[in-house]
Amino acid sequence: MDRECARLLPPVCAVLANTRQLISDDTCLEKLLDWFKVLTEAESSLLLLQENPCLTELITCVLKLEDPSTTIVSFILRLTGIFAASESCFQHLQQGEFLSSLFGEEGPINSSLWEDASVRSGWVEGVRSMVRHQSAIQFLCSSGAIDVIFTLQGDPSLFVASAVSRLLVHILTFSLQSETTSPLSTKDCSWPMCARMIITHIEESLKSSSVSHIKQALKLLTSVFGCCHDRWTEVLWSWIAEPIESLLKEEPGQTGHSLVDLFLSMARSPVFGCPECSLWTSVTHALKYLNPAQAGPLALGVLKCQECPQAVRIQALNVLLQPMDCVLRSASQPLECPGLLGESVKDSAVVENLLSSKPSCAGLLCQTLAHLEELLCMTSLPVEVPHIPLLQSVMITLQFCNGLATPVSCLGSRMSRILIGCFRVQRSALDLLGALSQCASDVAFKESVFDTLLKYLEGPDSSPTVLKKSFQATFKWILCLCDPPSFSNHWQQTEQVLQRLFLALQKRMCSPCWEVRDSALEFLTLLVKHLREWDRFRQVLFSSEVPGLTEDLLQDPESYVRASAVAAMGQLSFIIHLVPKIPALDDGSNKEEDIVTELHKILSTDSEGFPRRAVIRVFTDWLREGHVEVLKDTEQFVSRAIQAVNGDLDWEVKVSGLELAQVFSAQTLSQLGLAGCPYSAVLSSATRSTRLNESLQIFQRVKLFEFLFGALCDCDRPVAQKACEILLALKAQLYDDSLTDRLGPGGLPAEVHSLTQLETTVRRWMSQAQSNPSGDGNGARSHEPHSVLLVLGTVDLEGLRAALDKSSDHIEKSPQSLLQDILATVGTLEENEADCY
Amino acid sequence: MKLYCLSGHPTLPCNVLKFKSTTIMLDCGLDMTSALNFLPLPLVQSPRLSKLPGWVLKDGNTFLDKELKDCSGHVFVDSVPEFCLPETELLDLSTVDVILISNYHCMMALPYITECTGFTGTVYATEPTVQIGRLLMEELVNSIERVPKAQSASLWKNKEVQRLLPAPLKDAVEVSTWRRCYTMPEVNSALSKIQLVGYSQKIELFGAVQVTPLSSGYALGSSNWIIQSHYEKVSYVSGSSLLTTHPQPMDQASLKNSDVLILTGLTQIPTANPDGMVGEFCNNLAMTVRSGGNVLVPCYPSGVIYDLLECLYQYIDSAGLSNVPFYFISPVANSSLEFSQIFAEWLCHNKQTKVYLPEPPFPHAELIQTNKLKHYPSIHGDFSNDFKQPCVVFTGHPSLRFGDVVHFMELWGKSSLNTIIFTEPDFSYLDALAPYQPLAMKCVYCPIDTRLNFIQVSKLLKEVQPLHVVCPEQYTQPPPTQSHRTDLMIDCQPPPMSYRRAEVLTLPFKRRYEKIEIMPELADSLVPLEIKPGISLATVSAMLHTKDNKHVLQLPPKPAQPPASKKRKRVSDDLPECKPLKPLLSGAIPVDQFVQALEKHGFSDVKVEDTAKGHIVLLQEAETLIQIEEDSTHIICDNDETLRVKLRDLVLKFLQKF
Repeated sequence: MDRECARLLPPVCAVLANTRQLISDDTCLEKLLDWFKVLTEAESSLLLLQENPCLTELITCVLKLEDPSTTIVSFILRLTGIFAASESCFQHLQQGEFLSSLFGEEGPINSSLWEDASVRSGWVEGVRSMVRHQSAIQFLCSSGAIDVIFTLQGDPSLFVASAVSRLLVHILTFSLQSETTSPLSTKDCSWPMCARMIITHIEESLKSSSVSHIKQALKLLTSVFGCCHDRWTEVLWSWIAEPIESLLKEEPGQTGHSLVDLFLSMARSPVFGCPECSLWTSVTHALKYLNPAQAGPLALGVLKCQECPQAVRIQALNVLLQPMDCVLRSASQPLECPGLLGESVKDSAVVENLLSSKPSCAGLLCQTLAHLEELLCMTSLPVEVPHIPLLQSVMITLQFCNGLATPVSCLGSRMSRILIGCFRVQRSALDLLGALSQCASDVAFKESVFDTLLKYLEGPDSSPTVLKKSFQATFKWILCLCDPPSFSNHWQQTEQVLQRLFLALQKRMCSPCWEVRDSALEFLTLLVKHLREWDRFRQVLFSSEVPGLTEDLLQDPESYVRASAVAAMGQLSFIIHLVPKIPALDDGSNKEEDIVTELHKILSTDSEGFPRRAVIRVFTDWLREGHVEVLKDTEQFVSRAIQAVNGDLDWEVKVSGLELAQVFSAQTLSQLGLAGCPYSAVLSSATRSTRLNESLQIFQRVKLFEFLFGALCDCDRPVAQKACEILLALKAQLYDDSLTDRLGPGGLPAEVHSLTQLETTVRRWMSQAQSNPSGDGNGARSHEPHSVLLVLGTVDLEGLRAALDKSSDHIEKSPQSLLQDILATVGTLEENEADCY
Repeated sequence: MKLYCLSGHPTLPCNVLKFKSTTIMLDCGLDMTSALNFLPLPLVQSPRLSKLPGWVLKDGNTFLDKELKDCSGHVFVDSVPEFCLPETELLDLSTVDVILISNYHCMMALPYITECTGFTGTVYATEPTVQIGRLLMEELVNSIERVPKAQSASLWKNKEVQRLLPAPLKDAVEVSTWRRCYTMPEVNSALSKIQLVGYSQKIELFGAVQVTPLSSGYALGSSNWIIQSHYEKVSYVSGSSLLTTHPQPMDQASLKNSDVLILTGLTQIPTANPDGMVGEFCNNLAMTVRSGGNVLVPCYPSGVIYDLLECLYQYIDSAGLSNVPFYFISPVANSSLEFSQIFAEWLCHNKQTKVYLPEPPFPHAELIQTNKLKHYPSIHGDFSNDFKQPCVVFTGHPSLRFGDVVHFMELWGKSSLNTIIFTEPDFSYLDALAPYQPLAMKCVYCPIDTRLNFIQVSKLLKEVQPLHVVCPEQYTQPPPTQSHRTDLMIDCQPPPMSYRRAEVLTLPFKRRYEKIEIMPELADSLVPLEIKPGISLATVSAMLHTKDNKHVLQLPPKPAQPPASKKRKRVSDDLPECKPLKPLLSGAIPVDQFVQALEKHGFSDVKVEDTAKGHIVLLQEAETLIQIEEDSTHIICDNDETLRVKLRDLVLKFLQKF
């Protein structure tokens, strides 16, 4: 603890001990505890207590108070716990009888203070901090605190209950880790007493008839198996496996979710990795006995588990496929499709019951669809998924939702009534349909998939969120339709789909709902980005009205839509020049030029940030990818863009503008062979200094450094950080120490460390550059391209970066500031109190 | 209680309810789909339509070629369009006491009923219903009368001839009842019989029943009706909507506890959600106009058009359509737009509050002010000077057989740049377009029907819980084209009773009670006797006086005095004499005690047998049987009157008298 803090601490303790001086902001107390935690980890707790007697006095004082505030009692409990974590300090506190007065029976446990949840929570937290050595464990066992902890498991306050659960896990794992050396066996007397007490308690809870007790025990076990992967956990499992098995076989309705959590936590532990482990027998039973809604998450969890035996995986997959199988059979004849499951797993009465009841149908389907999607998105599938019947089933689900499926069974009729217009199921089914695109290669199916998707895109009743999902799924399927072999072999089919798709898109782009216009444009942007190389795709696109409408949407009243239109135009403009002009419609104007002008106009005049940000991102993409219009005169293009960005008040526009500058500078340096990359081609044989000179001239013409230095002084931290990063990179490429000697100081200070100094330096440099455009007198040197190198050399960019990386409140976070704050708040409170009288 | 079903069209109902002593007609909708069988009436001489070939029978017989024309492969009647009237033969319509109108679309047959059947009763409707109904009728009469056609075709209606015709004429039903449109004097006379009512106003019909209109949320002034007596309640739900559009919201609470709920006028397009359709309408409109085409919207002059204009008001700026003119052409366009702004009390809450600001409740006022929306009585006159393309035209009639729309179909039909958007659900758009084929213009079907769909009906029925539901048969099965959609039918318990045209239903509930008032003097004279705790009875001797379906119990006339003189009896003496009444008995006979009493009175051989209904007490020696049942006691003895009287008195001892 530094001296200043040591000086401030006694008055702070006095304030805390004074019942009349209430601390209004208890976050101060939390911060104080955090500080003590850091302190006790760094130096000796005992020494700290001895050197700061005010702390012990504070505890004594609070213990003596007749009616202390619950906040302070809770604080003292936690503070004492932090100090008692060190064994020596624990002894010291025990000698002073602080521990028994606070955590024993004489403490708050038996007073009215215990009714307050914050006191109970403080007690639990204190105990948890304390349990770092055997003395603490012994203290708990002997003082009867363990029983208090068991009682608190069912505390009405959720904070307390969950803290107790964490505490028990901690005590159990700590006592076993620290005490045992030899392997344990079930009911072995070698189990430490404390651990035995806890496990017996768990066992009793599991066998009790109270659902809440069972749940508490299961939750506790879940945490134990989740955080501790020692061998003794295996013995623990054999101890409790039996009551858990009997829980499964009874009615696991209310405890189902907790059981699933337990099994998943165990399945993830390496201790139970072996396929012969009895855990998998229990998982098999759970998959069989739990209701499908509860078994779903377990099935997905075990499928993700690498160690899971194959038989359990197949059973888990069947659990996930069963609802989809019911859907499939409800609207298709058995001859048409074989079904998703083998004959052996046909007992689907429970699933059918859930699917035919309104409250559970949509929930079960959504969950199943989401699980299957997650499964399909895994990099390597652990089991073989029957893609085609699954695809059929998803399509039937989607058709049920828009009334196009014809049910062939009672369940089908029931489901069709429940699912009509159900957006939740539509969204999940569309996600899964999208995921299935990677696996389907059957062209016959693609046709019906597109038919279903286009029905959603065309349907007037599709909600904006459903439409968005439809666009996403369509995009994935289009990509697979446009795979090179498929694209040329089935061009006619692809063309028809694209034509119908663009018609639907066109309509959506005119939608009164801005979300729909926005999703349509986002979809178009993605489509063009991925398919713009295909000549036939371009032909269909440009024979539709989509490009024209996109241009119109640049004027949309909604700024998000304008931004998306900008992005879409950015992509379209890459290919406009590739489309043969129709003589009748050709008015002689250059379309690409018009787009550039239009986007520049948006960048400089649009009142909202989103479209401006979109423009600058498009410009950066153009620059990166070598857009025709950019290549015509890159310098002018960049100069115009960064000038517009320079005057912008939106920091995100500025950061995007800086990215453009970064790309430009990297490209320039690389073209001139100045880039750091060893493989960059040097095109000319000119010397380094000539090339350096040339690059600096280019940057000067574009006014790159004015822009970068301006941004460096920007009051928005991300802007300054980005500028600093770019300047550092440029400095590394361009600056050479010998230059300082050659150019002299140029009226600049020798070193610039602070932001204020930096601003002065940069302003001076800029004003010199502006006032002497002709290059005479003193200014001549400033105006010289090299003068900027002087500034680069002078400014301590590394130091600036370090300063900028720190968060803005780093000064206010110090412990002195915290202690001062506490004292200051009390002062204000007193004043206010005086005012009141 | 009977229901006579005069119309087969579920959304244009016409039913007659006989309830107590009243005969009430519920709506008189006019089925205008018959007009689709006729050739359009062009406003400007159309060379195409005037040169159509006559239709020739398969055997070459040409006797129908003047009446029937072949147009684009379909056969049409070349005559003034005719409409299918409600059934007039099922009952004598002159006996109808009142007609209750639920909305302006359901009163279009009113002149036929009030002017041609000897009807002498009263019609009840709300003010907006009458005013807008008048506009619709005026537009209809005007559209047909402005294109005079001398010819009236009747040969084809002969049953023998009709059999030979191609579909759909062959299958047209009730052609003999089809009539030409009424005239303006008939409209005026019919409307003069209407008495205006307000929501929740209680109207007494002859003291027998009370009728009350309730807001139905579908259109300006649209109502559902409650017809109730003291102990029975019938609700008539016709054309209701739960959507938040311009009219006052639907009053559902008052429909609760109905014995019978007659449900008509549900949405005609249950699969089309109005919100989605409005979006579709806007999308297609914008797409057409952007590519330089014109948009034609065939519509009625009131109703959905207000909502469409409101949507467009919000949409046109965002879609960049601010410079596109919107034209509303109808002989009643001006009145319709202005009427809508003055019926503040009939509007939804939002629009009502605007009136107090004060602002016009509908934004079409602003569209008119800014010259974005222009309205004209017809295509002749000012319109031809102002007409600019591309534009959007709203005009009637949605059947495309008469009205200004016919002209635009001829004008714009040939260009694929133009689009016709159907928003009214009353006519099949394919049938409407049949005489204009081949058609190059794009055609979009966005039917906007805000009336209840089946999900809403199911919620409504759960909420109001009527004992019985009566509805057109179309609502009790899925639509023929989508037989798997079992969600598109009414699902309630008990299943609804269905009706079809020309059917008479006996409604499934019997009247059991009638309210009778007791005069205070008579009530004073009653001496109630408590039979069971909380239940007291008193016998009443009184005279029932019935007048105007109200029943009153009055004091009985005094017993006749012996004539004091031999003067002629006065009139009052004619009243029936009242005999002194025997007391009424109540209570149960305790068999054990009765047997004891018998034994006490010397009957020694008493034997008791239990029967299903009570007991039989047998006096063997006296050969006598006493049959004691819950509501009767019989003493059967062999002509021994003394014994009978003795036994009777014994029985009576155990019963209470009052």
